[in-house]
Amino acid sequence: MKIENLREAYGKELLAVAREDSRVVALDADLCGSTMTIFMEKEMPERFFEMGIAEQNMVSVAAGLSLSGKIPFVNSFSVFAAGQPYNQIRQGVALPNLNVRIIGSSCGLSDAGDGATHQSVEDIAIMRAIPNMAVIVPVDAEETRKVVRASLQHQGPIYIRITRSLLPALTNRHTEFKIGKMLCLAEGLDITVFATGIMVFKALQAREILSKKGISVRVINVSTIKPLNIEEIFKYTKGVKGIVTAEEHSIIGGLGSAVVEALCDMKIPIKIVGIQDQFGQSAGTHEELLEYYGLTAQSIIEKVEALL
Amino acid sequence: MENNKIKELERKAKIIREGILDCIGIDKKGHLGGSMSSADLVTALYFYKMRINPENPDDPERDRFILSKGHSVLAQYAALSELGYFSKSELKRTKEFGSFLQGHPEVRTPGIEANTGSLGQGLSIGVGMALAAKLDSKNYRVYVILGDGELCEGQIWEAITCASFYNLDNLVAIVDYNQMQASGPIKERYNTGDIKAKFEAFGWKAWEIDGHNMTDIIVALDKTEQVKNFPSAIIAYTIKGKGVSFAENNYSFHNNSLTQEQYEQACKDIASI
Repeated sequence: MKIENLREAYGKELLAVAREDSRVVALDADLCGSTMTIFMEKEMPERFFEMGIAEQNMVSVAAGLSLSGKIPFVNSFSVFAAGQPYNQIRQGVALPNLNVRIIGSSCGLSDAGDGATHQSVEDIAIMRAIPNMAVIVPVDAEETRKVVRASLQHQGPIYIRITRSLLPALTNRHTEFKIGKMLCLAEGLDITVFATGIMVFKALQAREILSKKGISVRVINVSTIKPLNIEEIFKYTKGVKGIVTAEEHSIIGGLGSAVVEALCDMKIPIKIVGIQDQFGQSAGTHEELLEYYGLTAQSIIEKVEALL
Repeated sequence: MENNKIKELERKAKIIREGILDCIGIDKKGHLGGSMSSADLVTALYFYKMRINPENPDDPERDRFILSKGHSVLAQYAALSELGYFSKSELKRTKEFGSFLQGHPEVRTPGIEANTGSLGQGLSIGVGMALAAKLDSKNYRVYVILGDGELCEGQIWEAITCASFYNLDNLVAIVDYNQMQASGPIKERYNTGDIKAKFEAFGWKAWEIDGHNMTDIIVALDKTEQVKNFPSAIIAYTIKGKGVSFAENNYSFHNNSLTQEQYEQACKDIASI
């Protein structure tokens, strides 16, 4: 299985779409080497704006650029992109429904070494709660490229959450992608797992192990967490005995919450794999943290077995 | 500037103040104080300086105006209706359910360029528009009115730094320096000090003027067009509630309603200007 760098895929695709569409501009808050907007800065410095470490100004400047016909991509670590300028995003971008793309890089616990200050456990919840805001978590490098490209056609603001860790390729260039569309990566009859981001691969691993025990699990990649495709949620819920959701995010306000909200009138048991209302912490590797916070294939297996 | 042109602008300012009273009406809360203090500045921008076309509100070449102190939007609504962006009869429906004249500026209102009112954000939005003008080699200019209380917001200083870093000589910040916040005079509440010196220290060209003297205002606005490579700031000394006798320098009319009696007195005061 090919392991790929999503940040690099993002940075290169941003440059690619910027070459084709003169409306695309990038703003960064002194992290271009990490968010990978550096590719754009190198080739078209006039359309790359260094905003300094001033995320609030950066977001409102992006609003002004958008109101002037540009499609600004605002870049920082997810904890700073969604957290520091929350009110600027809410008032100046989401309320007027502007075409600003907010890139939350090094999301979740993926900036392992830097600790809790640099790890986002609640960014999806914050962004999801804002009216008009779409929230997308690409599952691999290929899907990251497709999200960047598709975002140009989307009306309204989008929050895109990108991991720092390398991830296996689960889709290829022929895989269909549409904002608001889920992707069934593996069929199954007993339980449906709705997973997002890094947890999709873990769900597939869990499925392998469970299949050896005679348990049949369907795995759905939910990259668009908002707007959540309710029809597909119902479709993949029909006929199974239970639902498991899995995300590298707090259990409060993320994918699990969204699925529960969608299914609240249905008589179906649901289990949520996520971070239990805790902050992150420093570690040598991302994997160590995923293990500690229970974001593992084993956790998914336990939830699935508990439902049967 | 010919005397009769000044007189004409002063007459427009009077119409704007009447429009503010239309928006506020009787027993309806509204930001009278800040709207009245901004009225002459707003008038000079809309009726003298800015190249705008109400027939084509989205003209890409138009000058942009952002009211960062969004609560003073009543002055802007009055100006926009006077220019024909929408009917004057709408003013009386300001802040009513279903009206497109919201309590704070929103882009869905014809002529409004940005959503503001959460203080501190408008200058940054102006920076974005000014950057876009440079990028597209367009000649439009961007004018942003700030409140003095608003200058407490840290984001304002991020934007001031950014405008200077990008040499945005197409950006003009105008501080409605009425020296009065919602809770009292800035000297008693939270004084941001020597504003002109601060702008200059951040790399801007800055002037202090009488924000109710039309000649002063237009001379300053004209001067900003001569500046190359630096953004311009105009610190306009104003009086909160200007024109309404009982509301002048009275912070209790920051956001308050008028009784029938007060409304009539206010109309009389404005009529006698």
